Amino acid sequence: MSGAHEHLDHAHHFESVEHEFEAGKLGMWLFLVTEVMLFGVFFAGYGLFHYLYPEMFKEAHHHLDKRMGALNTVVLLISSLTMALSIAYIQRDNVKRAKQMLLLTLLCAAIFMVVKYFEYSHKIHLGILPGDLFKAADFQAPNIALFFSFYFVMTGTHGLHVLIGMAAILWIYWRMGRGDFNSRKFGAVEFVGLYWHIVDLIWIFLFPLVYLVV
Amino acid sequence: MGHAANINFYEAGNKGIMSWLITLDHKRIGLMYFITTMMSLCIGGIFALLVRLELMFPGQQFFDPNTYNRLFTLHGAVMVFWFIIPAIPGALGNFFLPLMIGAKDVAFPRLNLLSYYLLLLGMAINLYGILHGPGADTGWTFYTPYSIKTGAAVVSMVVGVFFMGFASILTGLNFIVTVHTLRCPGLTWFRLPLFVWAIYSTSILQVLATPVIGITLILLTLERTLGIGFFDPKLGGDPVLFQHFFWFYSHPAVYIMILPAMGIISEVIPTMSQKTIFGYRAIAYSSLGLGLVSFLVWGHHMFTSGQSELANFVFSLLTMATAVPSAIKMFNWVATMYKGSISLATPMLYAIGFLFTFGIGGITGIMLGVLSADMHFHDTYFVVAHFHYVMMGGAAIALFSGIFYWFPKMLGRMYNEFLGKLSFWFFIVGFNVTFLAQFVAGLNGMPRRYHDYDSVYAGWNLISTVGSWGIALGILMIIINVVYSSFKGPKAPANPWKGKTLEWAAESPPVLENFEKTPTVTSGPYDYGLKA
Ligand SMILES: [Cu+2]
Repeated sequence: MSGAHEHLDHAHHFESVEHEFEAGKLGMWLFLVTEVMLFGVFFAGYGLFHYLYPEMFKEAHHHLDKRMGALNTVVLLISSLTMALSIAYIQRDNVKRAKQMLLLTLLCAAIFMVVKYFEYSHKIHLGILPGDLFKAADFQAPNIALFFSFYFVMTGTHGLHVLIGMAAILWIYWRMGRGDFNSRKFGAVEFVGLYWHIVDLIWIFLFPLVYLVV
Repeated sequence: MGHAANINFYEAGNKGIMSWLITLDHKRIGLMYFITTMMSLCIGGIFALLVRLELMFPGQQFFDPNTYNRLFTLHGAVMVFWFIIPAIPGALGNFFLPLMIGAKDVAFPRLNLLSYYLLLLGMAINLYGILHGPGADTGWTFYTPYSIKTGAAVVSMVVGVFFMGFASILTGLNFIVTVHTLRCPGLTWFRLPLFVWAIYSTSILQVLATPVIGITLILLTLERTLGIGFFDPKLGGDPVLFQHFFWFYSHPAVYIMILPAMGIISEVIPTMSQKTIFGYRAIAYSSLGLGLVSFLVWGHHMFTSGQSELANFVFSLLTMATAVPSAIKMFNWVATMYKGSISLATPMLYAIGFLFTFGIGGITGIMLGVLSADMHFHDTYFVVAHFHYVMMGGAAIALFSGIFYWFPKMLGRMYNEFLGKLSFWFFIVGFNVTFLAQFVAGLNGMPRRYHDYDSVYAGWNLISTVGSWGIALGILMIIINVVYSSFKGPKAPANPWKGKTLEWAAESPPVLENFEKTPTVTSGPYDYGLKA
């Protein structure tokens, strides 16, 4: 065990940067598994009620804005690409480009949230809200608020993940500017990237299931 | 190197209360978990004693039905979420997992500390609901639709459990990565101590199952605040869906509680018998196997909830399959003891007690898994007695075994052997009196969770209440022993039991980063020279 005077580029209980990176990566993958289980609960519940009330789900899903959903899908796919490029650049010690790519990723995420804002505010305006808050009158099927509860809970939880992702990207952007990362040491960038990809991937499943499938 | 090599972790580094509260040392974090969960045991135990006191005679004794409902709810919730789930991984796992694999710490020490504070945060939120709110009266299962309608503090209970679940996930994640990446040279997977295998299997369950309960409880919160309707039949929702989600976690959670306990038994028995473990690989694989099947049997809690007959049949069949890996372990433990030189010190007494009480708990579990029989047993005291045999006669008794077994290593002092043995006898007699009586009452049809009961059950209830005092005395003696010996016990040698696993190669108590020099392993963990 070495004293504090020796400056290590990795935590003292690991042997090397690579060793620490390997551990961090496994940890991140396990965390992603928990995310999949979390959204799995939503998908299972959604599937059950879709099966129980096909008419209600059919009627309700016409009130979702498919074009905005599709736009957001494209935006998130682009952001996944820029995130991956940022990692590729930092692995080649190109800090400038890596930072630019992070900014582009952030921009996409912001566009996603703005589109989401317009989607939500339009629904709120029409009185289409989750649960008890549901006020819209021009629906036929009984208990149709249940569908919109799912819509808001699922997209809301996903949106929360996007916001957390934006904070994480800002954090690595700041650290990158400080010179924390290079071709040898880029763990945090890679881990935030992994998180960002799972957030995108969940949307890739969520969008067709909720917006498109009848 | 500012200090002499053999200064233990209590004295090395910083001192004072803050050095503990912000420590990143897995041993200190483990000890904080130890103190916290033992306090939880006392709180949950007091609730249990009060419940038993009320049920001592038919009719109302001390508490009105509402208070009684709150007492049994808090007993269950505290014992499950504050005590059993965090106790063994948090306290003994944290302290010993890195030692047993020759590592300096867990993979993510900061995350480890965060887990601990998330546990405390969850407890604090629960306490807020208990002390400032109306408490909770739903039972620890929070079944809908009652939990949507009741005026009790359901939200602060389930949000608290959400945070404790987060703590549990992060602990599991940390341990999995630790086992994968920080094993010392020569420590192959099949040289790992079986406690490590058990904690590893537990961690997989924590990571996979806990997110499900976490989000389900958040949905329950939204149900109460926004009326989202997922679980409310009035709004088109399905209350049985809640039961599915709940048990999808809570059945594996039973294994989150019992697998680490089995790991302790797998350490104590070979060491105290000075004999190589019988069927090492079978025990290791059966831990993974138990973890796997535990995900496939949750429906056995819903035989009477209107599941399809096919689902009932499949869940019943799979439930019986869980007996196979458990039995494999039991036979291997007994075979390990055969012709060993057995020491009947306190840890071994508790371990042998485990073999009996867990055996009873396991076999009655099979009875409950039988579809036709469960129609009768469901929601009776038979179920209550069964899971207390598994949880208390399994998880808690193994924890006590582990506490005495590793006490010399953790504290560097020996516990009092006489008081240890005395605690065992009070505990084991009290335990069996309490819960054998409940088996009989349950078989005769006494329903669980009721405030009052028919006078035909009076005798068994009186016996059960008297037995609960034996348990209380036993646990009190354990606590006195631990507290007293921590300060006054004689100095412990590095290896009082002549154990072969790596933690015994460290000093008692270990030095700051566990070993003077990273150890190298050249043989299996229970190499006593005697082949089984
Ligand atoms: Cu179960």
